[in-house]
Amino acid sequence: MQVQRIESPGGIKAFLVESHDNPLVALRFAFRGGAAQDPDGKDGLSYFVTGMMDEGAGDLDAAAYQELEQSLAIHMDFDTARDVITCSFQTLTENREAAFELLAKVLSAPRFDADATERVKGQILASLKFDQNDPVNIASRAWTSAAFKGHPYARPVKGSLDTIPEVEPADLRAYADKVYAKDNLTIVVVGDIDAATLAKDLDRIFGALPETAELAAIPDATPAEGPFREVIEMDIPQSIAQFGQAGIMRTDPDFLPAYILNYIIGGGGFNSRLMEEVREKRGLAYSVNSHLFPFAHACVFMGRVATKNEAVGQSLQVIQTELERLAADGPTEDELDGAKRYLTGAYALRFDSSAAIANQLLWLELEGLGVDYVDERNALIDAVTLDDVARVAKRMLHADRLITTIVGKPAEMPPQALAG
Amino acid sequence: MQKPSPKISEFQLDNGLQVVVVPDHRAPVATQILWYKVGGADDPKGASGVAHFLEHLMFKGTEEIPPGQFAKIVARNGGEDNAFTSHDVTAYFQRVAKDRLPKVMAMEADRMANLRLSEESALTERDVILEERRSRVDNDPGSILQEKVMAALFETHPYGIPIIGWENEIAKLTRDDALAFYKRFYAPNNAILVVAGDVEPEEVRRLAEETYGKHAPNPELGLRKRTPEAPHAKGETIRLADPRAGRITVQRHYRVPSYNSATKPGEAEALDLMMRVVSARTAGKLYRRLVVEEKIAASAGGWYADTGLDSGRLALYGVAAENVTAEQLDDALSRFIADLKRDGVTQAELDRARNAYLAQFIYAADSHQSLARHYGWRMATGMTLEQIEAWPDRLKKVTPEEIADVARTYLTDENSVTGILEPAAQSLAA
Repeated sequence: MQVQRIESPGGIKAFLVESHDNPLVALRFAFRGGAAQDPDGKDGLSYFVTGMMDEGAGDLDAAAYQELEQSLAIHMDFDTARDVITCSFQTLTENREAAFELLAKVLSAPRFDADATERVKGQILASLKFDQNDPVNIASRAWTSAAFKGHPYARPVKGSLDTIPEVEPADLRAYADKVYAKDNLTIVVVGDIDAATLAKDLDRIFGALPETAELAAIPDATPAEGPFREVIEMDIPQSIAQFGQAGIMRTDPDFLPAYILNYIIGGGGFNSRLMEEVREKRGLAYSVNSHLFPFAHACVFMGRVATKNEAVGQSLQVIQTELERLAADGPTEDELDGAKRYLTGAYALRFDSSAAIANQLLWLELEGLGVDYVDERNALIDAVTLDDVARVAKRMLHADRLITTIVGKPAEMPPQALAG
Repeated sequence: MQKPSPKISEFQLDNGLQVVVVPDHRAPVATQILWYKVGGADDPKGASGVAHFLEHLMFKGTEEIPPGQFAKIVARNGGEDNAFTSHDVTAYFQRVAKDRLPKVMAMEADRMANLRLSEESALTERDVILEERRSRVDNDPGSILQEKVMAALFETHPYGIPIIGWENEIAKLTRDDALAFYKRFYAPNNAILVVAGDVEPEEVRRLAEETYGKHAPNPELGLRKRTPEAPHAKGETIRLADPRAGRITVQRHYRVPSYNSATKPGEAEALDLMMRVVSARTAGKLYRRLVVEEKIAASAGGWYADTGLDSGRLALYGVAAENVTAEQLDDALSRFIADLKRDGVTQAELDRARNAYLAQFIYAADSHQSLARHYGWRMATGMTLEQIEAWPDRLKKVTPEEIADVARTYLTDENSVTGILEPAAQSLAA
């Protein structure tokens, strides 16, 4: 895989991997910004903006835009995360010119018409109504708001039933004007296009954007320290419990040991301790897992278990014990070996299609690692020692200080409930 | 429009195993999917959930593989693996770096014949499945309604029974139930092996012969016989009021032919394209009517489940806008369907939807995984390789008249079941 660095005549930069096997072009780009830039009282604004990107642009109203998008068989998908708005855009080679022209319109002249705004508002409100009764969603929102109280990360990315009705077309436009710009833009292109053509196309698509974004500074945040436990009663047969605490930032030298540690705890499916102890040995749950989420301004180590109400106490106790054991003793040599073998061996699987390659390269750039990291990454994983992981387990895991949110009708709790 | 040219080939081993090879040399990666032509609709009466139970137990070990080690060994080889059960097929897959393909082929072939199960691990896994059912069904009112709708849509055919099984029947499943099912259905002459990625047919043939080729076919394997669905006299409406339902949702389901069960050529293609015109996200005809023009729904769409061996089904749904009742939404759906039957679709609507659909076949070729899934699933449910390759051409021939015909023939009251989900007065969340 050869990554070319392209710069357009107008100064727009992109990474390109040429692949002419299939007649399609995959474009992935991102604007730093995301939900953390939502103004006070307008939680969910960036999510709303991304929902409006196929609702008309330039001379095309929503219906005309959507018909053209369908005729050209374009796949365009905007999404918002805490720190970034991403877009995945695919077109067939034969429609490339028309497709890129349409994308240019979407970026530089989104319409935010009043009727389309009301329609999308109705859709977001309806989906928030569903979320409001979805136990996984409730547990997650409660966890986030407890962990990040007072920080922009505490805001729900999709907004709430209070904030979404307040959003007006002017808000949407203001957000797009601030965030869609050149200096916070990262672009990756993979597929059936050559460097010279892409250089010209980059100006055509992105050339009309303002030079600089106006982004509010987001302070770094440390998730609140527990023990904290909140039980949200809901009359369902199976409870959802989310547990977690501060993780280790992407920029921290301990990130990779923490990443491997998370794989060993609950990131590795059947290769992980929580799966072994909670599901395989005891049959307490179908799903139990953990994640390490490295946001730009905080990192979260977080896990989740879904288990029948009578077994919530036992499941949480098993999880707590495993976290304590890992903090005290670190993982075994065998666990570390298993994790490294998977993580290094499976890395190639992330690069097996144009769309997948574009996605990987984009996130390497967004996380500040750079596209050359592809060639270094497996050696970095292999260099992590058992001592490194044991040290980081001690640093990161504090089973007596977890933030835990539970939705359901849990029958009994482990002793930590008293402390929390 | 350009055609993808993945140069797909197929051959058969002496023991009856069908093998399909999908070469894609862009990355040193390979995917194996083994499809058994058996699924939840083949569960014995009173033992619903066996096919899915067995799928879980296939990870428990063989003479070669110690209990619980299958997924771990795949992971230690840098691979990803999983499995799933549908009403008609059960599939197992691994994605690995190309040089590990012989290893996972040997492992998959091994568990085709040499499964070892302890009573204890089967019972623990049964508890896991009961938790899976709570997650998938009991905790989600939409899924509870879906089960009831399927049961009404298929009163005698086993498509009316959930793949995961009814809770009381899962609770009684035993190791022996699973093993009997395994012995009957898991055999090379009842399976399709798809290998995709950085491979060539000749090496796949050699590897398949060395591994799967060792197993004898099962001569007892008969035709799958499911109780056919008797015609219904009239449609049915199922209402579910649940405090967890966020908004009123109305769904209209129809029993229609699938690609395999269609008896008239072109009917499945016409239904397929009709539903693409009707439910293509924001460009869909239903969305335009209910959401944009009438503002009765916050969102609306539909789907055509076209892979069923014995029947297909399709559904149209709307999520009510604020202050719209279930009756109003149901009425709007009825009017839409009546108009669709009377007026059909326009040539322009058909052309747009068809363009987008044909492009899907090219987009799918970007991922050897999606191709492996596409070809395997279709071949396991009755299509030949030639029929799959000629599919885009058949879609090109569908006319608006044919779409109006299938709408009139199949979107009838007696083929329908309506599901209505409404929020109960009080929310459960305090």
